[in-house]
Amino acid sequence: MSTQQISEVSKPVAPVKTARRSMFSRMRDSAVWWSFTHSKAAMVSAALLAILVLTAVFAPLIAPQNPYDGAQLDMWKAELPPIWEAGSEWPYLLGTDTQGRDMLSAILYGTRISIIIGVGSVALSLLIGMSAGLISGYFGGFIDNLLMRFGDITLSLPTILVAILVSAVIRQMLPLSLREIGASAVLIFAIALSAWVQYARTARAQAIVEAGKDYVQAARLIGVPARRIMVKHILPNTLTPILVAATLNFGMAILTEATLSFLGIGMPPSQPSLGTLIRIGNQYLFSGSWWIVLFPVVQLCLLVVSVNVLGDWLRDALNPKLR
Amino acid sequence: MTMQTGETAALTVSRLTKTFDVSAPWLNRVVERKPRQLLQAVDDVSFSVPAGGCLAIVGESGCGKSTVARLVTGLYRPSAGDLNFANGRDGKTLRAQMIFQDPYASLNPRWSVKNIIAEPLRELKLRTGAAEITERVEELLRIVGLSPSDGEKYPHEFSGGQRQRISIARALASEPEFLVCDEPTSALDVSVQAQVLNLMRELQDRLGLTYLFISHDMSVVHHMSDRVAVMYLGRIVEEGDTEEIFARPLHPYTQLLLQTIPNVRTPNRDREPANGEVPSPLNPPSGCTFHPRCPLATARCSSEAPKIRTSSSGARIACHMVDVEE
Repeated sequence: MSTQQISEVSKPVAPVKTARRSMFSRMRDSAVWWSFTHSKAAMVSAALLAILVLTAVFAPLIAPQNPYDGAQLDMWKAELPPIWEAGSEWPYLLGTDTQGRDMLSAILYGTRISIIIGVGSVALSLLIGMSAGLISGYFGGFIDNLLMRFGDITLSLPTILVAILVSAVIRQMLPLSLREIGASAVLIFAIALSAWVQYARTARAQAIVEAGKDYVQAARLIGVPARRIMVKHILPNTLTPILVAATLNFGMAILTEATLSFLGIGMPPSQPSLGTLIRIGNQYLFSGSWWIVLFPVVQLCLLVVSVNVLGDWLRDALNPKLR
Repeated sequence: MTMQTGETAALTVSRLTKTFDVSAPWLNRVVERKPRQLLQAVDDVSFSVPAGGCLAIVGESGCGKSTVARLVTGLYRPSAGDLNFANGRDGKTLRAQMIFQDPYASLNPRWSVKNIIAEPLRELKLRTGAAEITERVEELLRIVGLSPSDGEKYPHEFSGGQRQRISIARALASEPEFLVCDEPTSALDVSVQAQVLNLMRELQDRLGLTYLFISHDMSVVHHMSDRVAVMYLGRIVEEGDTEEIFARPLHPYTQLLLQTIPNVRTPNRDREPANGEVPSPLNPPSGCTFHPRCPLATARCSSEAPKIRTSSSGARIACHMVDVEE
């Protein structure tokens, strides 16, 4: 057939050319952004979370004191009440603890540690969980059974128990000199190992659905290796539910870290996280120094609640059935 | 197998069989004392596809025609039987590419059209360098009747027919000589069907492609194919030249299928209504699997499975009740 006829066939189906829009303008027009601007809870919690994260990240610039530096602590300034109470002293806005440590500075630095551990453990458990889930869902069979039954075992033990077990074992394996420095790494590892199953299950379910679709078959026909099919084809199409789970689990991870630190197997008092601060403050609650425990608790609540509200909103916004 | 003289087969399939294990999980089988359950999707199927030609496999849904397509492309491994591809123009063994039924599931929704079509180019290293790849993608888009600027868009911005064109462009990108088309138009509406089918015929003529065309639509098959194989419950019941089969269908099942074609001139012609449904392939009828629905069935049909016989005209048929001059 001649090219004349081909172009005749093609004419009515050729769509009008449109310029590719920038990522920013596409985001502004997206349904998720629309839902965000129409949800007060989401905007308030996002703003709050932004403030908490920014103040934590820039803690060294904002905080009046470096709580890790023993030289800056003044025992004469111990147990000062917050600034609005009698007997307070500038610049200790939220008072000081029993070692003269400024509470505001300690909370900002503590939030920083909590966020680092939260982000780190979520990232690590995402990596473990998604790899296991994709491999399980794509290959199926024996490897699927093996990984999922291992996940079932992990899941049948309480999260905190797994975390305690893992952190205790790793801590014993580390030389003494590394235990203080490596405390946050140990926590990240312990929390990640107890939380990866949820991602693995979600990723597996999605991977099974996507692997059955024809575009994956087409890629197999071309001869694309399995690893690349999993990473480039299936992974991007499984991200939505996993993103939601990760956001909600970020709050959980911070709480797990706080629990471990509160129990005394988390961050050491020399680099206190929010949980460590609460543990220390708890001992002075009945001596009248309520600020030592209250402010870290409030900070922890704000952090977790804002993350969870944002995660709830994200889950609804990305759920096509609720649109 | 009969072949007109001078034609060579691009693909010869002999005694192809595919069995799926559809048993309940091991624990359920033990607890509920269920036996293993096997599904014979394709049962002792032999055919050949002439180079540069088009063989259509027709049949109702569930007859195993899509399984044949996936066996030919290598997505499934056969349980028994052989697939022999001839050597292509470059001297290497032919490899089949595939055009899928559902244009909504066959394109990755998160990839731009350009990347979808470029994937075979990159993977098989047919073009190297961004400029060469872009050039080839634009050429392929033009070949299938889309605009080169469509490459920047995503699949959801296209209609079903346009997506099927993208699917064809992706299949063509790997420079195949053999294409398996698994109901490429059944998800499209009729006017678009014709456009896509015409495009596929043009491409066959221009690029010298060989098609294995899977369909349930007899009029589409008439339009596209040189030879037709009719499948029923995993077996081929009749195979022959398209014109021959459409003019003189021998097997009662082929006759039944041909009566399903709507006719503009005699819309209310006297039609034998198709009675019954396709039986479950999990538990196929004894003897000739078509006997419960067959108007000609006798006692022999329910006890003995008919062998496929070749007539002098080159048609192959599996039926006790049809006389074939061998």
